[in-house]
Amino acid sequence: MGTDTSDASAGEAQTEDVPADEASAEDMPADEAPSRAELAARVDELEDALAEADDGGKKMSIIATKGTLDMAYPPLILASTAAAFGYEVTVFHTFWGLEILHEERSKDLKLSSVGNPNMPVPNAVAALPGMDRVTTKMMEKKIADNDTATIEELLETSLDMGVEFQACQMTIDLMGYDEDDFYDGVTTGVGAATALQDMAEADIQLLV
Amino acid sequence: MSAEFDIAETLDVKGASCPMPVVKTKSAIDGLAAGEVLEVLATDPGSMSDIDGWADGTEGVELVDQTEGDDVYTHYVRKTE
Repeated sequence: MGTDTSDASAGEAQTEDVPADEASAEDMPADEAPSRAELAARVDELEDALAEADDGGKKMSIIATKGTLDMAYPPLILASTAAAFGYEVTVFHTFWGLEILHEERSKDLKLSSVGNPNMPVPNAVAALPGMDRVTTKMMEKKIADNDTATIEELLETSLDMGVEFQACQMTIDLMGYDEDDFYDGVTTGVGAATALQDMAEADIQLLV
Repeated sequence: MSAEFDIAETLDVKGASCPMPVVKTKSAIDGLAAGEVLEVLATDPGSMSDIDGWADGTEGVELVDQTEGDDVYTHYVRKTE
């Protein structure tokens, strides 16, 4: 595109010296008109540039920041579904979102019983010791009864489908985790700049 | 219903809920050859809209038919390329 602009301005500069109609006549004598082969080459060149700029497929970028049992689902459901649609998907896990990628901790995600008015218990009761355990067990039972996929299943499925899961290096260090704590296939050693680059290139960007 | 196409493979996702019917359909379609039709048996009512939407938004697949039986939703998806 930059080349086109400079060509156009060069053309304009020329017309300052030569009257416009003469210039066009001189610029384009019949025998110097671009040949069919030249035009075909130019079309190929532009198509290549377009393909390069477009980079082919659709992309989705998700930032996963939550590690409660309920909030672990949306990024994984959307990631696996987008992969089924043919999207190239990246999920960047930061802060509590890291728990989802932690092989051991992901199997023990908790549901908070407070702060959610849809819970069957009032907050004053929900805040009692052990209530998170109760509500988590209730949710786990519902998940099992309803044949809803577990977090582990969704994660393994997404990995199989080529979803890239990234674990924020700063949060790994902050939480004192080790790279080996995460599922096989999880990318470590990445930061906000990587996430930003993914978001800039993506067709869909989500913060969960 | 008498299908006017040959079914190359049947995928049973009865019991599975979102997003698994779509995700498993995609994986099964990957294993087929162009032109072949996959039959998907699901109990998830959401699969009617989801598999339709997935087939519409995904290149290389086409929804041939969807039927609703006794609690089972059957989808026929053709791999086009």
